[in-house]
Amino acid sequence: MTSISPTLAAAGEAAMTVGSAPAWVLAIPLLPMLAVVLNTFGAIFRVKTKLPAWITIACLAGSFLATALAFMALSGQTNVVTAWKWFDLSWGTGQGQKFIADFGFYIDNLTLLWMLFVTGLATLIAVYASEYMEHDVGKGYTRFFVAFGLFVFSMTCLVMGDNMLMLYLGWEGVGLCSYLLIGYFYKKPAAVAAAKKAFIVNRIGDLGLAIGVMLTFVHFGTLEYAQLFQSEQLLGYIAAVQEGRAGDVPLMAQLIAVFLMIGAFGKSAQFPLYVWLPDAMEGPTPVSALIHAATMVTAGVYLIARMLPVFLVSEWALPIVAWVGTFTALLAATIGMAQFDIKRIMAYSTVSQLGYMFAGVAMLSSVGGVYHVVTHAFFKALLFLCCGAVMHGFAGQLDLRKLSGLWHMKGWRVVSIGMLVGCLNLAGVPFTAGFFSKDMIIAEAFVTPGYGYSFLGWTLLFTAGLTAYYTFRVFFRVFTGPVQYEPGDEHHGEDDHGHDGHSHEDHAADHFHPHPPRFAINFVLTTLSVLAILAAGLYFVSPEKHGWVGDMLEESTAHNIYTDDHSAAAMFLIDDSAHAAHDTHGAHDTHDAHAGEHAHGAHGSILGFDPHKVMYYISAVFGLTGIALAAYLHGPRGMVSGFLGNRVEAGKCRMDAVAKAFDPIPRWAENKWYVDEFYHFLFVRPLWVISYIFQTIDKLLVDGLVNLFGYLPRLLGRGAQPGQSGVLNGYALSMAGGVGVILFIVVLVTL
Amino acid sequence: MMTTLAQSGFPEAMTSLTLFHYLFISAVMFTLGLIGFVTRRNLIVMFLCTEMMFQASGIALVAFSRFYLEYTGQVFVIFVLTVAAAEAAMALALVVLLFRRHETLDGSVWSLLKG
Repeated sequence: MTSISPTLAAAGEAAMTVGSAPAWVLAIPLLPMLAVVLNTFGAIFRVKTKLPAWITIACLAGSFLATALAFMALSGQTNVVTAWKWFDLSWGTGQGQKFIADFGFYIDNLTLLWMLFVTGLATLIAVYASEYMEHDVGKGYTRFFVAFGLFVFSMTCLVMGDNMLMLYLGWEGVGLCSYLLIGYFYKKPAAVAAAKKAFIVNRIGDLGLAIGVMLTFVHFGTLEYAQLFQSEQLLGYIAAVQEGRAGDVPLMAQLIAVFLMIGAFGKSAQFPLYVWLPDAMEGPTPVSALIHAATMVTAGVYLIARMLPVFLVSEWALPIVAWVGTFTALLAATIGMAQFDIKRIMAYSTVSQLGYMFAGVAMLSSVGGVYHVVTHAFFKALLFLCCGAVMHGFAGQLDLRKLSGLWHMKGWRVVSIGMLVGCLNLAGVPFTAGFFSKDMIIAEAFVTPGYGYSFLGWTLLFTAGLTAYYTFRVFFRVFTGPVQYEPGDEHHGEDDHGHDGHSHEDHAADHFHPHPPRFAINFVLTTLSVLAILAAGLYFVSPEKHGWVGDMLEESTAHNIYTDDHSAAAMFLIDDSAHAAHDTHGAHDTHDAHAGEHAHGAHGSILGFDPHKVMYYISAVFGLTGIALAAYLHGPRGMVSGFLGNRVEAGKCRMDAVAKAFDPIPRWAENKWYVDEFYHFLFVRPLWVISYIFQTIDKLLVDGLVNLFGYLPRLLGRGAQPGQSGVLNGYALSMAGGVGVILFIVVLVTL
Repeated sequence: MMTTLAQSGFPEAMTSLTLFHYLFISAVMFTLGLIGFVTRRNLIVMFLCTEMMFQASGIALVAFSRFYLEYTGQVFVIFVLTVAAAEAAMALALVVLLFRRHETLDGSVWSLLKG
């Protein structure tokens, strides 16, 4: 194979040159930590102002600035900066007999890319939260921002850590912060239950990650990325796979990827561990936007992108990821179609879009997957923040049957436009960022040979149609049509939204005045709208490398060393024709729109066309069909001269009749296909039974023994009690008797 | 010249007082005191009975002291007597206080420790 040595050399080269980054890069993780420390003091001194928000915003903005500087100074290189030695153990001189894990940070393009949007979005969302959380000033406000800062710190550890132990630390840290923030309203039983559910479900995935990390150490003898990715062992496996000898890779090395994959499924809410994410919407909306849409849940995608070389040596890991991702995308989309809570719809769409990302990285389109992470981060954060603004303004109302016509209400235009931008992106309307990133993934599904990927491609296309439908269902129902609203049941406390005179006790509709968002929220929504639109431009930055993201990833481990050659995936198939194609194909390729001009030897095709060329049109058709369907079923009367939509009030539309016609199916979808109930039956019930048994054993056996020993002295006392007569003479008599007995014994013994 | 019990040829006719006699008196006094303490309810009488037991032991100590020609016992008795005097003052004061509580000298009234 002629092409092996150059690609291997390229991979080695990329990993060889590990420089050391300047110390100021440490500001990226340490500034959020500073915010945590300062806010902790704020909590101790019971700050009653918005000070915690300003501290957090300042620190996060500093962190973002440091990231931006690092991006300008260090992009294209791989650098390591060590804050301090963390673990440095050795028990011999042989290979694998030392364990080194520094508290250090690994700065390469993948890291920088991730940190740019993590810190940037965190800053913006902190600004948003400063207004959104203001009804809690002096109560939970400080607690919120402590957890917020801690989350960003954990995320920097996760993304920037220079070894897998740091990744694990960050992984658990973000899990903890997610738990704390979902359960932020700890007096609300649903929030507490959701927090517990998220924590427990994540535990299952985290166990997979932990095992994966341990296996990595056992097998490769190191957890440091710099060592791992240039270890001869790993490069040898990759070469073996490339030569079609995938069977030569030891089972353990292949298992690493499978366990890491389980970890990724847990954190990124993929089937079967996705159930926690929709429930996580009980947390405050800024949290949903930052943690449960934009950043934390993409950690699984990051893990796979970062560990891509390890995944490549496993025969099954990536195909499983692709299938699970696609299935999750479809499943979550079908559930999202039938929900009525707009935040839940967005949550299911997050699960669905994460499925796209997984399918993307798994189908050797790490560029597509990561690009979708970036675009999704912006438009999904935007969508959530818009939903949050609605929720904030309408006292917690999230039911799309009870809200209508926000576009026409005074003060809601910014939210409406933001929502429209987000929906267009999510629906994949042509020339939006979401359109380009999603297309890249779907096209790759048709291009990459292997394990039924073209079927997955069709499924993803169909799902794109569903996505467009449920996205615009929300938009048409809530933002267009006649102005109608009902407030939610959330008690906003003594808020200061300009109608202090009102008693909030009686939330009767005629007393209720929705309060449109003010400066902070509108500012963030505007910024995010602009960014979400501009994200499309990233695609055109360097088209020959699949856009800016492709350009960035080329210099990182996420750069698939086979990316230049689509037939590479075929090596798992041990297929001669694929190998032949591999040889002829060489190092070509610009699989963007112009790629069709090239001879695509092993390229898959869609309906006989080159996927990269026609995918834009096909997916546009699916997307626009979905939107048209949403308009027909949910649109307000008068749209497109009365043809589309006939909704005249908030709660009634054409969809009602359709739902009735298909009766049980929409109802089942609304009940999430009873997956929760199924899990409850399959896992929770047996655990209950087991715990009941153990409780009984504990009560009867363990408690019984302990109580017995407690009861014995009491029994003894009960027996001796009559001796305590309280009569002085009696005591004297017994004393004399005792002396007598002793004397008697003494006499008896001495005689 | 004092003769010891062994020299005296006990139980000979009581020609002279031997250690036995002293110890006998002591034992009788102690037993009487004990019986009185156990049977009587009057606090003052009970107190007097304890005094009697004291003196009984005092007699035994003095007798032994004389018998062994050793003065430790007698010195000890002087101390016992001193302590007994002090204790008598305390005890009588206590009795007076107890009497004021219940207007009676009956010791069986005080049975707070009954289980």
